[in-house]
Amino acid sequence: MRGNLKLGLARMRLLLFLLALFATLLPRSATADATAAREALAILAGGNLDAMEPAIGTIARSGVPWAEPVLGALLEGRLLVRPSDRAVFLRTPDGVLLEAESGAPTSVDAKSLRPIRINNRLRRTLEGALGALTLGHGDPAVRLTAAEKLFARPDPSALDSLEAALVRETEPRVREAFARARAAILLEHGPPPARAEAALALAASPSPAVLGKLQAARRALPADAAPEIVAALEEAIAKVERRLRLLELAQTLFQGMSLGSVLLLAAIGLAVTFGVMGVINMAHGEMVMLGAYATWAVQQAMRALLPGALDWSLIFAVPAAFILAAAAGWAIERGVISRLYGRPLETLLATFGISLVLQQAVRLGIGATNREVVTPSWMSGLWEPVPGLALTTNRIVIVLFAIAVFLLLVALVRGTRLGLEIRAVTQNRRMAETMGIRTPRVDALTFALGSGIAGIGGVALAQIDNVSPNLGQAYIVDSFIVVVFGGVGNLWGTFLGAMTLGLVNKLLEPVAGAVLGKIIVLLALILFIQRRPQGLFALRGRAAEA
Amino acid sequence: MSHFPLSRRWLLGGVAALALASHAALAADTIKVGILHSLSGTMAISETTLKDVMLMLIEEQNKKGGLLGKKLEPVVVDPASNWPLFAEKARELLTKHKVAVVFGCWTSVSRKSVLPVFEELNGILFYPVQYEGEESSRNVFYTGAAPNQQAIPAVEYLMQQEKVERWALIGTDYVYPRTTNKILEAYLKSKGVKSEDIMINYTPFGHSDWQTIVAEIKKFGSAGKKTAVISTINGDANVPFYKELANQGIKATDIPVIAFSVGEEELAGLDTGPLVGHLAAWNYFMSVDTPENKEFIQKWHAFIKDPKRVTNDPMEAHYIGFNMWVKAVEKAGTTDPDAVIDAMIGVAVPNLSGGYSAMMPNHHITKPVLIGEIQADGQFNIVWQSPGLIVGDEWSDYLEGSKDLIADWRAPMRCGNFNVKTGKCGGN
Repeated sequence: MRGNLKLGLARMRLLLFLLALFATLLPRSATADATAAREALAILAGGNLDAMEPAIGTIARSGVPWAEPVLGALLEGRLLVRPSDRAVFLRTPDGVLLEAESGAPTSVDAKSLRPIRINNRLRRTLEGALGALTLGHGDPAVRLTAAEKLFARPDPSALDSLEAALVRETEPRVREAFARARAAILLEHGPPPARAEAALALAASPSPAVLGKLQAARRALPADAAPEIVAALEEAIAKVERRLRLLELAQTLFQGMSLGSVLLLAAIGLAVTFGVMGVINMAHGEMVMLGAYATWAVQQAMRALLPGALDWSLIFAVPAAFILAAAAGWAIERGVISRLYGRPLETLLATFGISLVLQQAVRLGIGATNREVVTPSWMSGLWEPVPGLALTTNRIVIVLFAIAVFLLLVALVRGTRLGLEIRAVTQNRRMAETMGIRTPRVDALTFALGSGIAGIGGVALAQIDNVSPNLGQAYIVDSFIVVVFGGVGNLWGTFLGAMTLGLVNKLLEPVAGAVLGKIIVLLALILFIQRRPQGLFALRGRAAEA
Repeated sequence: MSHFPLSRRWLLGGVAALALASHAALAADTIKVGILHSLSGTMAISETTLKDVMLMLIEEQNKKGGLLGKKLEPVVVDPASNWPLFAEKARELLTKHKVAVVFGCWTSVSRKSVLPVFEELNGILFYPVQYEGEESSRNVFYTGAAPNQQAIPAVEYLMQQEKVERWALIGTDYVYPRTTNKILEAYLKSKGVKSEDIMINYTPFGHSDWQTIVAEIKKFGSAGKKTAVISTINGDANVPFYKELANQGIKATDIPVIAFSVGEEELAGLDTGPLVGHLAAWNYFMSVDTPENKEFIQKWHAFIKDPKRVTNDPMEAHYIGFNMWVKAVEKAGTTDPDAVIDAMIGVAVPNLSGGYSAMMPNHHITKPVLIGEIQADGQFNIVWQSPGLIVGDEWSDYLEGSKDLIADWRAPMRCGNFNVKTGKCGGN
């Protein structure tokens, strides 16, 4: 009895589906549609969120030429209404005002217009509708987005136009995307056999989104669905899950490297001042902060002078941050630290004081609130080397940047006159002096170099963290840990230390959680330092004993 | 010989006496208002603004002729985001400066640390930030939201409007997120949500590497059920969290994030373009379209001399709290704490969203609940508003051990945790 009822329900659903398909094929009077669309536009202007959803559907189905630009503008907040008479206008992405229906330019006062506000539910409806509307667009990139929108929001009424577009399409990438969107629609709305086929097709390109759709489809299957259909769906789910587990491991490794490179950028300046010179500089974090603020200042200046080149502001920010932080470092060394050599406790306290002074100075001078640093367009978004493995572009850039900075520093210490002098002074100050090296000058330059590199680190950290007076504090402890763990006085040790800590942290985090993970890493470090006080790499020879 | 020093001593003494007398005269002429907000350290980012808004409100009141014929005098101290220092500074305000009232604190831990001081010295504290509830003190007036004025309506909105079935509760590891999440978990389970559809995750203060957690949220959201994130992340950690969400391409149309501690001020440090559609629940947004709010924003911009500065919910809470205190002092005719505390209950003042907020017997206020979606300009588009005002519920109805408690500071009950089952005060 119950089984019959369910079978009946399944049949009814199929019937309804076919009816819906049929309804979209029915020829309709074009003028009636245009009138309905105009009425629907008036509803959009009214701003009642509940009434807007069916209105969007009416416009999308009407076939009026202004449907696509108006709905696109609505989605992006560019559809405007004049509150006095509810006339609707749209602003093109370049900022030109047009009348919504005719598309004719207008000289209406922009200040008298209000954008039509929408919510997430309407955004989803719009994405689906726009996907269906732009399938036949001349630009393959637009067709690709259309397919992606339809994949994300499968709209059964778009199935026919999608299939027609699939036949026409010549671009292989777009074809593939169309096929995926078609499979997504069938998986959600098609008859069960079609669902099974669609599931297996989708499983070929695994991603969390595909997994979500498969799980939902499995749940939506009636309990009495044919066993081979259930099996097909479950096979698809298992296949995607297997693949995702593998990709997850790759992702974790990348995340570990990315955290490691952030640590490296924060700590590498300290590897010079603390590691090479032996100065405990508690104001190191504030050098990082100064670098981040320099990035902000450069962007502010470019916004005013060269707004078109804002995307390339980081190229100017790197030298600006280096110079600012290096100058601050030089002043600190000349003013305070040079008077305190050989008195580590006083140095520690004095630099701690400097760090507080710098923080409060920024707080009073620039403000306590966060400053906005823009992420350039070439640094935002995702990179998918294989389907399902999504790496964030800004992290990739930071990893490469950290490695570049590190290699530059190594080259500088190994290959230049200054590097030679730095090494000479750290290995044997007395002997270097007798050889005619002006050690106070080398000290100041070394400290400025370490501080400047911390400033460069600040440019990168501004991309992922707050630009606030507290920025440096968050990294000072981690930086010391990295340098001590890596081995004081050894740049390669710092590199490996940072990467190891990043990887261990990221491997532990999914298992133990962020709080416990951090505690475990700290405990492990204490034990490690107990067994091996010199860190991963120790300096050999006389310097180690001195 | 000794003539000179003597006269000098006399002179000095005279000056000192004069100074004291004039000081006493000054003290008698003003009513002191304590402002206890961190101006340095981690919390300065949020609390400095509240200090400024208090100074503005006091200046305005003085322009109107002060209070009880006296001028108001602000006393600003800096507890430096240091919780024990909050208690010391509170003591300093009450004993040394003899302030009539204190407006202050942001984090729950700072409020907990000053609570015994205010109770011991019988002071009055106005606390302007949304918090976890489970507290009602005779000496504290809570003008921020209790969980039922923010968290619960937000979850209801997501259930009804977005049909959310799976919930990721992400928070900073301290008392406010933990208690709020405990209440939310109990609430969700009472609505039939299964434990496997609830994910709870805590991170330390100032957490900056969100890669793993955002990836986990993505994975959690791929179970084929509509998923939402409820964020009780506090302070500095929000900016890197939202940056990571944007970078990993989590869109509000797929997995919306609703936050309880992110307002206009926090968004000011962010490029909000990729965050359009993510949500926040508050009792006030800068985008509220009322004449009162327009006037408030105008005054704020004139006072701070920067037309770009934003306003936010805790600022409105101070606006309400300050006006309530002024009204209660006028009603009582004195600034004596006992009289003012009694006069406070029932005082109603206009809020900025076009209604009146009233002080209830449990020392919490009535407020509307608003839900806003982030816009590209860093403002919120209000997509839902509670039909009426909601009374702050200090003891949550969803937690064991607190659902039977009520607070009522009117005579004769005068109790912050009255157990309606046992009929006793102070019984859990």
